[in-house]
Amino acid sequence: MLQELQNQFLPSTISGLVIGSIYALVALGYTMVYGVLRLINFAHSEIFMIGTIASLVTLTAIAPAGALSGIAMIGVLLLLVLIASVVSGGAAVLLEQIAYRPLRKKGATRLAALISAIGASLFLQELFGLEVINWLTGKPGRNQQSAPRFVDRDTVFSIGNANIRTDQILVVVSAVIMMVILDQLVSRTRIGRGIRATAQDPEAAVLMGVSIDKIVRITFLLGGAMAGAAAALYVMEIENTNYRIGFVLGIKAFTAAVLGGIGNLRGALLGGIVLGLVETWSAIFLGSQWNDVTAFVILVLVLMFRPTGILGESLQRARA
Amino acid sequence: MKGEAVATKKGFHPIDGMRDWWADAPQWQRYGVYIALLVFALILPAPAIGQFMSPDADWTGVLVYPVGTYILLAVGLNIVVGHAGMLDLGFVAFFAIGAYTFAYFGTKHGWSFWGTLVVGIFLAALSGVILGAPTLRLRGDYLAIVTLGFGEIVRITANNTDEIGGARGITNIPHPEPVFGMEFILDAAPYYYLMVGAITLVIIFSVRLHRSRVGRAWAAIREDEDAAELMGVPTFKFKLLAFAIGAMIGGFAGGIHASRAVFIQPETFPFILSATILAAVVLGGAGNLPGVIFGAFVIGWLPERFRFLSEYRILAFGAVLVLMMALRPEGLLPSRQRKAELREGTGGMGAMGGEVAGPDSDSTAAEVGTK
Repeated sequence: MLQELQNQFLPSTISGLVIGSIYALVALGYTMVYGVLRLINFAHSEIFMIGTIASLVTLTAIAPAGALSGIAMIGVLLLLVLIASVVSGGAAVLLEQIAYRPLRKKGATRLAALISAIGASLFLQELFGLEVINWLTGKPGRNQQSAPRFVDRDTVFSIGNANIRTDQILVVVSAVIMMVILDQLVSRTRIGRGIRATAQDPEAAVLMGVSIDKIVRITFLLGGAMAGAAAALYVMEIENTNYRIGFVLGIKAFTAAVLGGIGNLRGALLGGIVLGLVETWSAIFLGSQWNDVTAFVILVLVLMFRPTGILGESLQRARA
Repeated sequence: MKGEAVATKKGFHPIDGMRDWWADAPQWQRYGVYIALLVFALILPAPAIGQFMSPDADWTGVLVYPVGTYILLAVGLNIVVGHAGMLDLGFVAFFAIGAYTFAYFGTKHGWSFWGTLVVGIFLAALSGVILGAPTLRLRGDYLAIVTLGFGEIVRITANNTDEIGGARGITNIPHPEPVFGMEFILDAAPYYYLMVGAITLVIIFSVRLHRSRVGRAWAAIREDEDAAELMGVPTFKFKLLAFAIGAMIGGFAGGIHASRAVFIQPETFPFILSATILAAVVLGGAGNLPGVIFGAFVIGWLPERFRFLSEYRILAFGAVLVLMMALRPEGLLPSRQRKAELREGTGGMGAMGGEVAGPDSDSTAAEVGTK
């Protein structure tokens, strides 16, 4: 057992960081919407799924001839991230418009909004499974969709017995760049100030001239775009997707958001990484089929001792 | 019971009048209504009704699962969500525990159904306490995600444990022993009567609890947990109690379902079932028992009625959920108390934070807004 640990510790840590960065990017969407609306946006997982499909279609359309490297590789990845972010961001705005805005206008309970979210999630999943994927790719929508490889998987360097590959570096670096941009946006710009003000006290924000509707739309747009970027990275790394991919990833990402302290952008990053690491480490001892169980047990343990997550709940206090 | 649900279906506006009448009705009138409802429930499986209600599937079977099972589960979840105001997204775990208990002891040790049912209910309650004791300090959405996690833990554990069949599940689960000469076989009718009995029992239990000291404590916790604590309500104890009672009812439903279905596997208990039952509770009007039962009836029955949509059923179901919430966010038959809370803009579980309380808020936002 100890031998196994020694052999697998570093490689596991690397793959934990990679999957953790993807969790973290998706978690940002949950955490921002939660910070502003106090709502679990359950359909966020479907926004991620839509992003993976958008990346897949783009990738198939470009049809790269095998693995690329250098500028071409970065270029394709940038295009992928851009398209997936736009599609997912747009889908998230549309989702808010249809599933949440009418409820917000009526002053409905968050429970009602949660049911609406679950409904929207089911609807989108089935819509893609039945129609959209088939229509876009010409393959049965219920099947696993595999994406062509466009990033060479060469080992760039090694730490101990862990080989670090190009694609892994790309995922982590892109995720960190996206998060820094978002963090700066929220803490430095006028829009970010509006978001923080709304998160802190919506009534006072309205009196100070903040348009809540606009802020909510921007929040969904940003969260959706982050999910789209995560989706592009996911397609690059895992190389397949399907119409139900969102459920497990969404739960993990939400767990990551809660783990770090929901409503806290940096908490989402921390939560995602911690969750990714814990999962891959525990797989050494227990086997990967218990991954989800360990994730939730860790969640319960953290919440027992720190009921507001590791970093606490504070979108409004997110300062640079 | 179904009867009650259908009786109140006629219109939405006369409902307040009906409630006033009900509040003042003398005892003999009330018992008259109870008996009428029971008679209605007993004749409900009649083929004439079935022809319209479920042209594509065996109507009595539909009444047992999903309709009856959903109603039973919704009444249980209503205690947790509607009465005590705790958001539980993993209710299916208790359903699974009840079902697995019966399936395991029934097949491996040949235990009798009735005895095992009690064991299953006890184990479900115990797991409710085990989950609740460390986590019920959490509130709202934290609790939601932890319960969701619990639901998944139970499902994955069942999937990975060979002793209870792993992913293959358990087959050949025995039927209950005959009672009063009524044989439980594959035919759905005896199960239907068992279900009516179970639902009646659970309704009486739930109503008695709701009107007791315990029910008032739950209401206090739901409205304002801090205030309740300050007024001397031991909130943790009552939350745990609500959780355990909800779990018991979930386990009860699980036991019945396992013996009717003969075969269970981990995939019988997906997250979506928790979501569906929660949708039934909220759609009907959380906290109001006739509403919840009606909601469960609709949610269980609609996909069966629209079986001709075949694979588009779930798509339509999702769209209906979104639409219903947009039109009647407080549920089809909201409890009066909850309705009043909504008018205040606080709404028990808390309104969405981005909304400024009061109906005039969007005009305010537009005027002052930076658009």
